Order: sequence, then structure tokens, then C-alpha cells
Amino acid sequence: MKSIITVIIAATLVVFTPTKAQTPEEKGLNISKKAELADNGWGNYSSTSVMTLKNRNGQTTTRKTHGYFMEVEGDGDKSLTIFDTPKDVKGTASMTFTHKVGDDDQWLYLPSIKRVKRISSSNKSGPFMGSEFAFEDLSSQEVEKYKHKYIGLVKLNGVVCYKLERYPIAKTSGYKKVIAYLNKENYRPEKVIFYDRKDSKLKTLTYSSYKKYAGKYWRANQMKMVNHQNGKETLLNFSNMKFNDETITEETYTQNSLKRAK
Amino acid sequence: MFFNKLGLVAILLLAMSSNIFAQDTDEEIIIEEDLIEEEILEENEPTPVEEVSASKKITTEISGNIRGDYRFYPDDALYPNQEQEYFSAIFNPEFYISWDKGNQLIQFKGFARLNQYDNKQSHWDIRELYYQKVFKKWEFSLGAKQLYWGFTESNHLANIINQDDVLEGSDIKNKLGQPMAHLSFSPKWGIIDLMVMPYFRTLQFPGIRGRGRPPFILDNNNTVYESEMEEYNPDLAIRWSHSIKSVDLGISHFYGTSRLPFIAPIDSTNFSLVYELINQTGLELQATTGSMLWKLEAIYRISERKTIKATTIGGEYTFSNVFKSDIGILVEYTYDDRGNESINGLDDDFFFGLRLALNDKQSTAFLGGFNLDRKKGTLTYFAEANRRLGDSWKISVKTLGFENIDNTDFIYLLRNDGFIEVSLAKYF
Repeated sequence: MKSIITVIIAATLVVFTPTKAQTPEEKGLNISKKAELADNGWGNYSSTSVMTLKNRNGQTTTRKTHGYFMEVEGDGDKSLTIFDTPKDVKGTASMTFTHKVGDDDQWLYLPSIKRVKRISSSNKSGPFMGSEFAFEDLSSQEVEKYKHKYIGLVKLNGVVCYKLERYPIAKTSGYKKVIAYLNKENYRPEKVIFYDRKDSKLKTLTYSSYKKYAGKYWRANQMKMVNHQNGKETLLNFSNMKFNDETITEETYTQNSLKRAK
Repeated sequence: MFFNKLGLVAILLLAMSSNIFAQDTDEEIIIEEDLIEEEILEENEPTPVEEVSASKKITTEISGNIRGDYRFYPDDALYPNQEQEYFSAIFNPEFYISWDKGNQLIQFKGFARLNQYDNKQSHWDIRELYYQKVFKKWEFSLGAKQLYWGFTESNHLANIINQDDVLEGSDIKNKLGQPMAHLSFSPKWGIIDLMVMPYFRTLQFPGIRGRGRPPFILDNNNTVYESEMEEYNPDLAIRWSHSIKSVDLGISHFYGTSRLPFIAPIDSTNFSLVYELINQTGLELQATTGSMLWKLEAIYRISERKTIKATTIGGEYTFSNVFKSDIGILVEYTYDDRGNESINGLDDDFFFGLRLALNDKQSTAFLGGFNLDRKKGTLTYFAEANRRLGDSWKISVKTLGFENIDNTDFIYLLRNDGFIEVSLAKYF
């Protein structure tokens, strides 16, 4: 008798579980979690970057930075970014602790006055150094910072992608929603479209020159942000990407190290 | 029948041209099948060879800037030999060298100003020149350094290590290098700093042809030390600082010669500046809640002559991304029981300020504000704006002014020395 019941229960589970449809929200969240998992365990890396700002007339300006990034188990990441050009801000350094829940912590060190200043986390929707990237586009993208919705499978320039809508939870975000295209094969982002608070299309971010690091982790060596409202664009190129950089430790992320950063 | 076909073609054309079915031109919709969740496949592409060259043994860096200032004083000079317009040339060289994987370094920051008329304002200084050795959680430095403590904007009570370079204006950008041995330890629970400072530097005031001075020349003949060792009295300081979530705080104690002197009249026209030995405990606190930064600085200072308590409290609220700009509103209040004795005159004063960052390509920024004495009505105001020109030039405009200065305040003697200044700097 007991075994019959067990069989019935098991059969019920087998029959009903797969057919129980996920809502688009559940599916969106699942895909985003899988994407996070696919990139889990990267540890740390350092890189240099060149940002090229281009206005409508095609005139360009560049900004160079280099940075040190560290994964934190169970929370957001830690980063230390140092400005190399323009020359008047050379040596300015920013340290960010991203958190899955709640406000991120961010400090800016200004070498000319030897002062460490706290940047309130709601100040992240503004442009970064006059570029088309906002501070929030450059900080680590935690799953918990959005509500997710699965839209469908699409083919983007021949690549099969999951298309997701994401709604930022923070009221201070500059976006009402973003549409993300994640490569179905490896979950890496291929394209993100940003919609402003009025829900009109604002920017498109395209990832390219992907390379695989440490045998597993995909990083785009080029990110192109096009602003549809002002016609400007910013190209962000990464180089010297080095995973498992032995110079990066817990001590890289103290205020002393922020002041010493070169 | 014919019309039906035509209608169908028309609908198809309309649909294609208006992109009803595709939200983005390079996107095609795949008819959704039931997705089979896949394991992430291990790709067999070879790992690219790391581009980083082996970390260089020695890193050196030469940088800095050259600047020209034009300063105009709209009000007539109060004292003879003073001018209305001054040109200056300023040189700020920097040199950095590190070796031992960046664990040993020498940092140099120099400063020199050549003033058109005043030979005391033409001066130079070693802002920083120190050797530093870094161990995992420890840092040891020896030499002239600049250290900054505190959070408030209108007053810097807790910041006690470096003397003001008054010849450059008494804001935090202009501090004299302080010789010291500095040990810093950063365990999990914050940062502990220990400083031993073997040499003290007095305030320096403009000479006979300079503005921004009392009617007579203040020089080292007016200096009185409480310590028998005078400027060689060893000063000591210790500080603990930490960031706990959204709270930043620091607690410090200083024993030694006070950076700020008190004014002791000698006769009706002359006075001396007395540098006392003090014990000063300082507290700095900053809490961040959303767009608001709450700030507090407080000191408790004991000398043989007097015990002093002073506090600056306030906050800064930022309206972010307003037409791409950040707009900050600052309100602070200072209470200092030194009263008129404090040289900056902040004893019972409100501060209102506005900060603007356009976040544009040229990093255009503005900061302005005023201090208003609650009882005496004394008003001091300042405004500064700057903007990058091209990649390596920067233009700044600055103004400083005084209104309704009470004749018991020290700055009453400087009441006509408000100015407008335009600067152009070239960075290298």
C-alpha cells in the first residue's frame, strides 16, 4: 500500500512538474541567475582601459584608467580604479564596494587635496567623466538590483540570445528599464538597450571582441555605448586584462591603499 | 478578390516598414520552443596569452603643472605700499619613483610662486618629500607629508597635522609640508595612524607690498612659543579611522604645538602670535543615507591657558543627474567657544553652499558659499569655477569677499582684501 502511494506521488511529480509553466518573471530571474553562475569564481583581475568620447561632429577625446577588481563571495564586487588622463585628474582614484542588497559604498580620493570623499550611492545615474556611460553602467551588475522578465529567444546578428527586460529596483537609477540580450550558449551579454525614466529609448551598449580568460570567463574587450538622444557615442576598450593577479589582495581595498594608488 | 490580395500586400508592406514585428533592426525573433535548460558548455578555445609584460622593477613618473594667476582687488588698499592688481607664476612639480613591486617608494611634490610685487608671497615649499615602505597591513613613511582628516566643508576643525599656507589663502588646498615619521596599520577594524613630528612651522603672512595682511608686518619676531624647545618640540598624534557600511568616522588625539596661534596684543598697534602647547581630541563623523551626507566634526582642546570646545555640524544633499549635472546643497553650522580669538572668525556661524558639477567633457565645476555670523552678521563669501580646456589646460575663476565685518574680528584688518582671480594652468 505504502509503495503504491509512493509510486502515485512520484508519478504525479513526474507528470506535473515539467508542465508547470514558469512565469516570464521566474524565467527571466532564472536566466539572470544562470548568467551570474556562469561567471562565478573569477576571483580577481586587473586591466587598463581607454575611453574614447565622440561627439556628433566626430571629434574625439580620450580618458585612460586602470583598475583592480575582486570578487566577493556572497556579495557584490570590490573595485579600485585610477585615472591616468586627462592630466589634471591623474592619480584620482575611486574605490567601490558593490552590494547585492542596499546602497553601494564608494569613495573618491583627490590627490591634490589629499582627501578621501564619500560619493553618495544615489549619485550614480550621472555621466562618468563626460562620457555616455553612467556610473551605474560601470559598476558590477548584480542580479538582485533588478526585477527580471523573460521576453523570448531572438537571433541577434546570427547569435541566439535570451532577450530579457530588467527593471532597476533603485529609485535613483537613471533607467526605467533595460533590455538585455544574453548569448544563449554562454550567457555573456551581447547588447543592452537602456530606456530613460520617461521610457524612451536612450542608449544602446554593444559588447564585442570577446575573449575567454582563465579558461572560463568571457570578457568583452570593447564596449560601445551609443546615445540615441544626443547622437554621441563612447567606445570603451580594455587591454592588459590579467586574471589571478597576485598583487590583488584584501589589502588592495583599504583607504591607505586608495591613497597610495598609482 | 483582387482587392483582398492588394490589401494583404499593403498590410505586409506596412508591417515591414514600421517594424512592428522587430523592435530592433538587427534582431530576429525565433519562434519560441520549449527551452531545454542546458549545462554551460566548457569551450575549448585556447586561453589567450596574457598581454601583461612582467611588472616593471622600477616605476617613475614626472608630472605637475605651471599656472599663471591674475588677481584683482576691487576695493582700495587699506595700507600703504599695497597694489590693486597682481600677476603671479606658480610651479607645482611632482616626482614619484617606486620599486620592490611598489612596496617602496619616494614621493615628491614641490611648490613655488613668483609674485609680481610682494617678496614674501614669492615663496616656495616642499609640500611632500617622503620615503615609504609598505608591508602587507603596515605602512611606514619618513619625510614631509600632507595628511587630511575630516568631512565638513566650511571649517576643518579636526584637521591638525599640516600648517596653513596663508600666503596661498587659508583653504585646505594650501598646506605646508609637515616633517614626520608616520606609521599606519590597517587591520580589519579600521586604520591606526601614529605620527611623530619633530619640527613645527609657523603661519607666514604677506609682506609690505602684499594684500591680505594686517597694518603691520607679521613675521617671526612676533612669534612666541610655549614650548621651551620652540619649533623643535616633538609633536605626537594618534588616530583611529574606519568605515562601517555607510558610516565613516575618525577619532584622533594630538599633543604638541597648536597650529593656530592666539593673538596677544603688545600695545595698541602691535601684537604677537602665541603658539601654545595643546592636547586636542578630535572626532569626525559622516553618515550617508541615500543622497544625503550627514557630517560632524568636534574638538576638545586643552592648554594651560584655556579649554576650548568647537563643533561643525551639517550636511550635503545632492540632486543627481539633473540635466546630466549634479547639484549639491550644503548647510553647516559652527560653534567655537574661542569666539573672536579664532583667526578664521568662525565662532557662531552658518554656512550655505552650492556645488555644481556639469559632468561634461571639460569637467566644468562650480562651488560657492557664504559664512554668516549668527549674532554679528559678519558675512564672508567665496565662489570658484573651473573648466578643462583641451586635454591638458585648465581655466579657473575665483572670488573671495567680506561684508559687514565686525571690528572685533581679526579679518576686520583684511576687510578690503576681497578679490577676483583668473588662473590658467598647463598640466604635464
